[in-house]
Amino acid sequence: MFYREAGQFKTSYKADQAIFTITQDRFFIGLFLIAAFVVVPIFINDYWANAILIHFLVYALAALGLNILTGYCGQVSLGTGGFMAVGAYASYKLVTSFPELNFIVAILLSGGITALVGVVFGLPSLRIKGFYLAVATLAAQFFLVWLFNKVGWFFNYSPTGMIVSPPREIFGFLVTGPEANPAVRYLFCLSFVTVFALAAKNIVRGRVGRSWMAIRDMDIAAELIGIRPLEAKLTAFAVSSFYIGVAGALYFNVWLGTAEPTEAFDINQSFFVLFIIIIGGLGSIMGSFMGAAFMVLIPITLKTIMVDGMGFAVGAAKHAEVMLLGTLIIFFLIVEPHGLARLWQILKEKLRKWPFPY
Amino acid sequence: MLFLLETVISGLMAGVMYSLVALGFVLIFKASGIFNFAQGVFALFAGLALYDFISTEGWFYELFGFALPAWLGIIATMGVMVIVAWLVEFLVLRHLVNQEPIILFMSTIGLAYFLEGLGDVLFGSDVKPLDIGLPQGAADYLLDNYNLYVEKLEVVAAVVAAVLVIVLAVFFQKTRIGRALRAVADDHQAALSVGISLRTIWVIVWSVSGFVALVAGVMWGSKSGIQFSLSLIALKALPVLILGGFTSVPGAIIGGLIIGVGEKVAEVYAGPFVGGAIENWFAYMLALGFLLIRPQGLFGEKIIERV
Repeated sequence: MFYREAGQFKTSYKADQAIFTITQDRFFIGLFLIAAFVVVPIFINDYWANAILIHFLVYALAALGLNILTGYCGQVSLGTGGFMAVGAYASYKLVTSFPELNFIVAILLSGGITALVGVVFGLPSLRIKGFYLAVATLAAQFFLVWLFNKVGWFFNYSPTGMIVSPPREIFGFLVTGPEANPAVRYLFCLSFVTVFALAAKNIVRGRVGRSWMAIRDMDIAAELIGIRPLEAKLTAFAVSSFYIGVAGALYFNVWLGTAEPTEAFDINQSFFVLFIIIIGGLGSIMGSFMGAAFMVLIPITLKTIMVDGMGFAVGAAKHAEVMLLGTLIIFFLIVEPHGLARLWQILKEKLRKWPFPY
Repeated sequence: MLFLLETVISGLMAGVMYSLVALGFVLIFKASGIFNFAQGVFALFAGLALYDFISTEGWFYELFGFALPAWLGIIATMGVMVIVAWLVEFLVLRHLVNQEPIILFMSTIGLAYFLEGLGDVLFGSDVKPLDIGLPQGAADYLLDNYNLYVEKLEVVAAVVAAVLVIVLAVFFQKTRIGRALRAVADDHQAALSVGISLRTIWVIVWSVSGFVALVAGVMWGSKSGIQFSLSLIALKALPVLILGGFTSVPGAIIGGLIIGVGEKVAEVYAGPFVGGAIENWFAYMLALGFLLIRPQGLFGEKIIERV
């Protein structure tokens, strides 16, 4: 009744190519953005910021990056944790070596450094694919974490081996360190995620994105129609690693504040982000967000229900969570390989006809 | 010199352990083209179940008031693994026929998580010392005559692995089921058309790899207790497979030995210069380098692609 495009005519090519072609979509997205940027910061407190919102934003950004590589270009990567570590350590080195450097620039630069590292580890993808490539990215994961753990230069020879994010300001507001206001940190992450999501949406709709999808669907055929696999695969690795690197920098600087490589960036991070995009939807920008929200909320919900509600031990809730995750992965792969994003799309299709389906 | 020999031997023994896990991967990959990420968790799960049957702390003891002797426990665990294999076929694989390999791969990651959680919920997550009467300690003969320190358990593991490979080879080459398995591995549709039931074959092959996982679980469990890190061994089996080739049983063994020796020697001789703990990534980097030169592995079939 409310959600239908009847009577909305597109009269220009530009209107036809818009991301949101339907007025209602634009309206709701606008409403959503206003809520996220204006209403939430008014009510935000430390618990909400740390446990849910910033957590969600960081993983949504990492998932966007992995989705570009795995969902759009079809190259499975289990090295996400390692690449996030590159972003985090690059930003740490930049911020501590050049204290005058603008913090936003530092984070973007660390994304760029991660992109370079990603391209290096993406080189094998030119010869191998599928789970062969997954093993190659595992090498990145283990090697990078070991490197940051063992080579003192990366953590400025701090005796504990931990890195601590120094306090930094943006437009006079503190964004990192324990003194920072949760609303400021939230807005800082949200701005990054919004800009990057918009960029990702446009990249995957353009020439580069189309060549990625051609490689994903059948690489030999793609080569035959004139797409260079070298160019397509390496750009996918570069862009994806850039996103993951920025996510890693935010993860360390804004969310955690302190990090230690073997725990903060271990193999489980890689799986966590992979699960986000499987559940959310492979090859979907929207899916990255839905998956991240889902994966962040599951442990919290389970803990609330099982520990606080039913009196189970914390350990039992953790085990149940692991089991549930495994089941959900299999369930989604069998029932809806396109994930939550596809369910959302089906819902919208239904909504168009509701309540008169004829 | 003696030290180098000891390092190589301990590397070989560690390699045998990797090979045991890698064998399970190869079996499933050959028969169904599925890369079973859950193989390591299978080993963990089998070890946990076995411990439950033969110790006085588990469910079994609570329910029936007695613990099984080790040999009966192993048979019972085998039964559990067959049930798991059947459930996997019934609940997962059946619904994913004809999907892309990468989807199947990711579903086995889900399976690994599920079994890991289930193992923790059923049997608890603390380290359990598994003792089924395998010999422990140093081999006296070698220590007295050659001054070599070699663990008895590792010798046993090597012998068991050798026997396992021979048994599997005979099973694949000589028996009716083995021939059916090879037929399925060659071509699913052709096998179906001559009347081989894919589903039965899948249950059988997952049971066999469950059995291999049980052996691996027993060996690792006797060595360092049954604990979560067992499932991480599965990850080490990946480079082993890359080196040996995904479709070759001898490749899994030889790849395991190369990785085992390589990482021990590298750790001992190169480790001190770069800060140690290079065991963590050495195998993967070796595999990565190898992939660039020979993607099909030492013994694998050459990968040919068509549009």
